[in-house]
Amino acid sequence: MTALLLPGILLLAALSVLLRGRPLYGPLTEGFREGLGTLLRIFPPVAVTLTAAAMFRASGGLDALTGLLAPALQALGIPPETAPLMLLRPLSGSGALAVGAEIMEKLGPDSPAGRTAAVMLGSTETTFYTVSVYFAAAGVRRTKHAIPAALAADLVGFLCAGIFVRLFFGS
Amino acid sequence: MMDWIWTGLVAASILFGALNGRLAEVSAGALEGAETAVKTCLGLCAGLCLWSGILKLLEAGGASAALGRLLRPLLTRLYPEARMVPEALAALAENMSANLLGLGNAATPAGIRAARALGRGETATDSLCRLVVLNSASIQLIPATVCALRASLGAGSPFDILPAVWLSSLCSAGAGLLAEKLLRRPGR
Repeated sequence: MTALLLPGILLLAALSVLLRGRPLYGPLTEGFREGLGTLLRIFPPVAVTLTAAAMFRASGGLDALTGLLAPALQALGIPPETAPLMLLRPLSGSGALAVGAEIMEKLGPDSPAGRTAAVMLGSTETTFYTVSVYFAAAGVRRTKHAIPAALAADLVGFLCAGIFVRLFFGS
Repeated sequence: MMDWIWTGLVAASILFGALNGRLAEVSAGALEGAETAVKTCLGLCAGLCLWSGILKLLEAGGASAALGRLLRPLLTRLYPEARMVPEALAALAENMSANLLGLGNAATPAGIRAARALGRGETATDSLCRLVVLNSASIQLIPATVCALRASLGAGSPFDILPAVWLSSLCSAGAGLLAEKLLRRPGR
């Protein structure tokens, strides 16, 4: 089923443009150019994060951290290897992407931890960044209950990532 | 914040490396990490470019605007205060449809316009809090970067995580809205 997703979206997107009588090639190539720009933008922070993250893994510190959090995470049904991703996720988008990529590379994208990391990345956001951008734009200084509520959403997202990956893919 | 986390990670690596007798590995790790980043980004390149192209087509084809119209009934329930302010409602619709399609570049400006229309004064309004909570709860139909990452690392079926992502996003956004309601205190 999912094999049809990408070709199907491509066809529908192309048809929606042509039926409106708009040019197709211009926006399409512009999009590819923007993709390249995005990549250039995320590469430096991803590389910086991974430099420190790989050192931390090599030192055995990551195993110590994972081991420390493992009992609690296992009780919640979350693979303990995703601990660094959850800690970094609300703080840094590119950092979380970097750590998530490392988890998927080390343990395999189709391993329970790799899949859970991907679902976590896909279903949460860089909370602190979002909150600060929006409140700064609105000129609001007292954020009231927005940060705790947004962090509660992240926590539930992490928990659900563990639950649904186990449910759909077993483990 | 990230400055201190990064420095702390390096310091902790040296500490653990010394304790575990793995300082040579730590030293090699720095370069390995940068190498992983190069490999990751090169692997992401094709997927990211293709997806950005598709998103441009969806924008040009009016998918974003159509989605915005579909979302209106939901939005007037989520933001009752915006019902009287057409420009706030339009910005909210644009923000949510761009988020759903993963158009980050379009979602933020629209969201900021909505935030300006919803929140005036020093203290956040409840509507503004709800907008921020929903925007920080990533509700995306297709998390393209993650799927491209999975594809580049050799996942059997890169998109097979979608149902899990949708359900997790929905639960997470629902929990955020519920928490927003429960934590709200009148007169504060």
